[in-house]
Amino acid sequence: MPETVAFYLFAALAVGASALVIGQRNPMYSVLLLIASFGALSGLYIQLDAPFVAVAQIIIYAGAIMVLFLFVVMLLNAPREDAAEWDRTHPLRQPGITRWGSLLAGLLIVQLALALSRMNELSAPVATRTDAATVSSVHELGRVLFTRHTFAFEATSILILVAMVGAVLLARREDHA
Amino acid sequence: MEEYLRPTVIGLMIFIVFNALIIASAILVLAERKIMGFIQQRFGPYLVGPYGTLQPIADILKLLFKEELRPKGADKWLFTLAPVLAIVTAFVAFAAVPFGAETTLFGLLAEPIKLGVSDVNVGVLVVFAVTSMGVYGIVLAGWASNSKYSLFGGLRASAQMISYELAYATALASVILIAGSLSLREVVDSQSGYWLGFIPKWYVFLQPFGFLIYVIAGVAETNRAPFDFPEAEQELVAGFNTEYSSVRFALFPQAEYINMVTMSAVATDLYLGGWHGPFIPEQYGWIWFLIKVGLILFAYIWVRWTVPRYRYDQLMTFGWKWLFPAAVINLVMTAALVLYFNA
Repeated sequence: MPETVAFYLFAALAVGASALVIGQRNPMYSVLLLIASFGALSGLYIQLDAPFVAVAQIIIYAGAIMVLFLFVVMLLNAPREDAAEWDRTHPLRQPGITRWGSLLAGLLIVQLALALSRMNELSAPVATRTDAATVSSVHELGRVLFTRHTFAFEATSILILVAMVGAVLLARREDHA
Repeated sequence: MEEYLRPTVIGLMIFIVFNALIIASAILVLAERKIMGFIQQRFGPYLVGPYGTLQPIADILKLLFKEELRPKGADKWLFTLAPVLAIVTAFVAFAAVPFGAETTLFGLLAEPIKLGVSDVNVGVLVVFAVTSMGVYGIVLAGWASNSKYSLFGGLRASAQMISYELAYATALASVILIAGSLSLREVVDSQSGYWLGFIPKWYVFLQPFGFLIYVIAGVAETNRAPFDFPEAEQELVAGFNTEYSSVRFALFPQAEYINMVTMSAVATDLYLGGWHGPFIPEQYGWIWFLIKVGLILFAYIWVRWTVPRYRYDQLMTFGWKWLFPAAVINLVMTAALVLYFNA
């Protein structure tokens, strides 16, 4: 019973905060609500018996990436978005694009309905379908990551390294110019 | 333990830790002023109570009765949220720190309990995650005040904490490699016993550089002198908390003191053998824990009143070009040695 209550609490917080992220006119508030949403997600991970994923979520997303976001938003000193100006000039508010977006939204609803109608097939507990030990134990997680998923792991590392080198190159001051 | 007793015991533990942290921050205020007085060849506070021991209470009362001010251009919500975030993250971080072996609380309980609010199997990471969230309190305080000094303090704080978090986490990783566990309790338990019968098996002897890196990065993480740039008074008035007054102001230094306690407690658990030590039976190990934490805290204060503040560019150069590479070299060496001896 307390698990159910906690689940709905975290789920409501995650969904509510995510919805408010889009609704805010002040980008600072959007960033903070996104952090709240990440925190709620991490609570859900703990309930799924995956404490490592939950803590990694907090360290990487809420702790590191969002600090960067906050930094950028503060330094850019982004003004509050002006509603009328926004409606008139923003490229996403052109009629063609709006219609295309509404079509996509309709498709998403159909997809969700289909997925939810097949819920009963998923009623088997998670533990029986995947090896629950791989998510709850850091030891097992590391083993799987460095044996079965070595290629994906190394490929991701190289991708991040390339992005990092690219960022340094772009930000470098041109001394000879 | 009977199942119905479990919430009571956890509640009791939270109560103990919460009050201990509050009392610790009050003692630290007094200790800081007394030690500062001693180092600067004066008395320090001596009027309130015997030898000035009631000075923290006078300080708290003074702050409580001050008027709460908020600048006109400040962001109303975030200005209030920022100190709350700072203090909440400070308190929560200690929840994952174990501080004693199993005890029956002087025979009060039928079965022994583990001293510590929660025993998480990724405890090291939980402490790290929660303390890294503490930066939001400072950054938001700087931004929401709508003042140039506050903003600069907040920006400096975030840049500094991000830079030193790397060295801090890398130093932590070296210890985790040796211990082979992310649980703080298991790390402490792997440090019991002696080498050659008299050298305690503390990781500080295996990781002297790691310990040094951890402590330096820890000082920077808690924004203490000589790394107290977010509140450098010569340049920034008071930094991120310039516009704060009364209780809202009081929460920032209190959060800083509690973060110091947490940092020292984690250093004790990871490097100094936690509650293991000679002469005191295992059951009363928390006495050793308190002594060790107290010594680290004394060193914290000692450093503050001995070493002058760095320059900001020196801080960044030191963090990125010296401390972080040193931590990485330490980590790689540790990994190689662990692999060699475990093979």
